[in-house]
Amino acid sequence: MSDLQAGGGHGAVPVTGVPARGSAEESRRDWPLWEVFVRAKRGLNHVHVGSLHAPDAAMALRNARDLYTRRQEGVSLWVVPAASITASSPDEKDSFFDPAGDKIYRHPTFYDIPEGVEHL
Amino acid sequence: MAVTGPDNSALVGYVLSLGDDSLVAAQRLAEWIAASPQLEEDVAVGNIALDLLGQARSLLTYAGSLEDPPRTEDDLAYFRDERDFRSVHLVERANGDFGVTMARLLFLSSYHYELYARLQRSADETLAAIAAKAVKEVDYHRDHATMWVLRLGDGTELSHARMQAAVDAEWPYVEELFGNEHLDPALVESGVAVDPAELRGPWREYVAGVLAEATLTLPDVPPAVTGGRRGVHDEQMGYLLAEMQHLARSHPGATW
Repeated sequence: MSDLQAGGGHGAVPVTGVPARGSAEESRRDWPLWEVFVRAKRGLNHVHVGSLHAPDAAMALRNARDLYTRRQEGVSLWVVPAASITASSPDEKDSFFDPAGDKIYRHPTFYDIPEGVEHL
Repeated sequence: MAVTGPDNSALVGYVLSLGDDSLVAAQRLAEWIAASPQLEEDVAVGNIALDLLGQARSLLTYAGSLEDPPRTEDDLAYFRDERDFRSVHLVERANGDFGVTMARLLFLSSYHYELYARLQRSADETLAAIAAKAVKEVDYHRDHATMWVLRLGDGTELSHARMQAAVDAEWPYVEELFGNEHLDPALVESGVAVDPAELRGPWREYVAGVLAEATLTLPDVPPAVTGGRRGVHDEQMGYLLAEMQHLARSHPGATW
């Protein structure tokens, strides 16, 4: 069980051992955090755009509509409980991502592109 | 005052009653901005207020254009006095708790939904176009209010009690929405206006369904004495107008 969650689009944040803050914070915690994904148009993927607080999934969807599609940014919305997202840890950045840095053979750069082929 | 003639006064009066409801409701809802229970609700209520303000602008602009000499939306919003406003008491009384606002919004948006769904087939092309745009907006307002009434009504013991109190407090002001004494029957017969009385049935069916699902009791209380359509308003209307009109009257012609 990871003690890291996706925190409001700001990457992994610890959720244990965090000191409690003032009463306004307390009341906000009554509402769980949701991550919002918007599909800008048909054929594109849903893209993470931010997060919000809502008491349940149906209200989260409506809050997402009000907060993130005010200017016709999307045709479809997903909301996901932030607590359901398992995030990679910044501590594991070296072992997770750096080894891919020098594996140039993983990039398709060793093919000769035939003349006259466009859009490659 | 319902007289049909070349002076358009019956149509102007009808359009003003629609526009004033939205304008005053928008002003009251806007008081929640930065005061809602949560930031997300600030934005939701703000969006709804802006939708209503947009409807009011279209309606007042249209009403003013029918007058001779014509008046602008700003003339009508900022330079009419209390007795000239045609809004119902439901939208103009001071805000209570959040439950009161959601009860009011449920009642208003359910009425708006039935109204605009019919008015988009109006014989008056401008009204039909305004209604066709508005019906999608008020559909969302109704959904938002429904969501909250369900959650607060069927929530905790405290939220249930406060939601029931809110529904009971607002119920007497519902009947005024369906009054048609201010409306020239000729406007209804010619297909320009929607008779508010015919909205009562579908309105009640929807609202009763929501209240039942929210475990709330349908109130059994007599209608309040009102008179908004004749320009007789609640005492709190004056304070609302003072706040809304102060800037425009202190600095005529100011732009920002």
